[in-house]
Amino acid sequence: MTAPEPILSVRNLSVVFDVARRGAMPWTPKDKLRAVDNISFDLYSGQTLGVVGESGCGKSTLARAIIRMLPAETGQVLWLGQDLLTTTDAAMKEKRRDLQMIFQDPLASLDPRMTIGEIVAEPLKTHLPQMSKKERAAEVRQVLEKVGILPNLINRYPHEFSGGQCQRIGIARALIINPKLIICDEPVSALDVSIQAQVINLLMELQSELGLSLVFIAHDLSVVKHISDRVMVLYLGNIVEFASSEDFYGRPLHPYAQALIASVPVPDPTVPKRPQDELIAGDLPSPINPPSGCVFRTRCRHATDICAEQKPTLDTTNEDHLVACHHWRQINAR
Amino acid sequence: MTLLKVENLSVEFQTNDGAVQAVKDLSFELERGHSLAIVGESGSGKSQTAFSIMGLLAENGRSSGRVLIEGKDILNLSTSELNTYRAEKMAMIFQDPMTSLNPYLRVSEQMVEVLVHHRGMQKWEAMARAITMLDAVRIPEAKNRVHMYPHEFSGGMRQRVMIAMALLCEPELLIADEPTTALDVTVQDQIMSLLGDLQKEFQMSLVLITHDLGVVAQSCEKVLVLYGGQLMEYDDIKPLFASPSHPYTQALLSAIPRLNQGDEELNAIPGDPPNMMNMPKGCPFSPRCAYVAENCRTDRPMVAPSGSGLRACHKPKGEFV
Repeated sequence: MTAPEPILSVRNLSVVFDVARRGAMPWTPKDKLRAVDNISFDLYSGQTLGVVGESGCGKSTLARAIIRMLPAETGQVLWLGQDLLTTTDAAMKEKRRDLQMIFQDPLASLDPRMTIGEIVAEPLKTHLPQMSKKERAAEVRQVLEKVGILPNLINRYPHEFSGGQCQRIGIARALIINPKLIICDEPVSALDVSIQAQVINLLMELQSELGLSLVFIAHDLSVVKHISDRVMVLYLGNIVEFASSEDFYGRPLHPYAQALIASVPVPDPTVPKRPQDELIAGDLPSPINPPSGCVFRTRCRHATDICAEQKPTLDTTNEDHLVACHHWRQINAR
Repeated sequence: MTLLKVENLSVEFQTNDGAVQAVKDLSFELERGHSLAIVGESGSGKSQTAFSIMGLLAENGRSSGRVLIEGKDILNLSTSELNTYRAEKMAMIFQDPMTSLNPYLRVSEQMVEVLVHHRGMQKWEAMARAITMLDAVRIPEAKNRVHMYPHEFSGGMRQRVMIAMALLCEPELLIADEPTTALDVTVQDQIMSLLGDLQKEFQMSLVLITHDLGVVAQSCEKVLVLYGGQLMEYDDIKPLFASPSHPYTQALLSAIPRLNQGDEELNAIPGDPPNMMNMPKGCPFSPRCAYVAENCRTDRPMVAPSGSGLRACHKPKGEFV
């Protein structure tokens, strides 16, 4: 049997924003901000890719570039072998049936002037205009039931629902045209813990029931662990570590990934506090003027001269574990 | 010695749709130099409790009961009377440091204002003090950065500025309302560790309001769990995490995704958070509780001592684990 083809492969994707300098004149050249820098990965059918990193690391930009909500500078996004970045707009519209997205703020991503029935039916109107009203209503009912919203509520407006319910409605809207891939951009960060667990369980259930692939973006490492098959850690637009969930959480190799895992607060008072010098110092550097060489070196405890001079390549440690660090061998030998 | 004592605090808002009770009959105490966490989900009344202590309730809000600072009732004092307590005795930091700093004023102006008003300092004295304080919260190059505007700082640095400003008059009580919710985990780590150090250094009492039980476990001595504006459980941190005696605390603890946990399904709490406009008649948690009985839906459970803490539940402690 041949190896399965990836459903989505991203190759050398870069997204660059032009940023005006402070006090700049209209003719002065703009600064370049590389929000996503040369990222490649494959996603297989039915799998979940977790993307983690601090705010400003390019997680959301990556998601938006994949479905062409933002223009990419270079690279390819191959969806079932076809490059999405070069397809025509009409063909892209067709492709968007397969690629749906769920957003962070559940209330802000629903139109306040539409009833939830209209909101959930809208993708059908766009993509399947020939469908009759009756069929559409039946579909809406079905999908709302699937996400646990009582269908007798379809004539209500988004503000009448709680945050968790709004997120379920957002999921229903993404599901209604039977997509193959859902990109979830921080879908649970705005929700309470008890509701977070509900939404994550729902996503996992739907995934196994419908065979969906997910790109799951979050800043919360424990949530990502729960849902992902593979985990990608981004820092200033670069992949610093990419591995299967088991490998990654079992033995993180990159100093940034290690620090990120260590800073997750442990809900157990018997675990002693970590000493001050093990905390990761400082803030994310400005992406307009990123550090030379390794992007993480300004906050890294293990940084040496070579880190400032050369950008580390993504090394393959074993077949599935990638890490971009000059010193990962020494750091992890101890 | 008790610094803060809250007795039967209730907070009620008059809205167009009628009265809403955000906090119901809440009592707790805080010793000098100790720390207390108030934990709850959105709508549990945790922030309104803090606002009513600080006298910052919205105009349609009214609080009743007693809030004693060193034995003196400060609830519903006039603004001018309260101002002698604010900053001097108690200070508060907020969730979103960007919206709680004045964007039109340099950090220096905002900090100097506090000292000139409360301590009657000269401007140059106040400026020196402001810089020392920014140093204390470990802002690098405090001397230069004191002249910057809030938007020129990163989120973590802005929260440090907020903390520095709150500590200017060396208050005895610091209320931190979700101080790290808007920050990244790495920065959250820095800020929590800073708060812990400052608490020791200034010998303050700390009330930490949060929804994150992980943050609580590493930084507080006592925990108060609120739900629907009512006390569910109150205990020392260790027994509360080791053997939570209230079904809500149990459910909340097991709903947290943990790093050291396998891929099994998370234990979600079914249902939605309570709607303040339409609170259940009995125990506020009864519609979502796994152990609910008939009397839970009709009678409100009373707060009763249990072990080293307090709990409000009809079921005796031993009947579920």
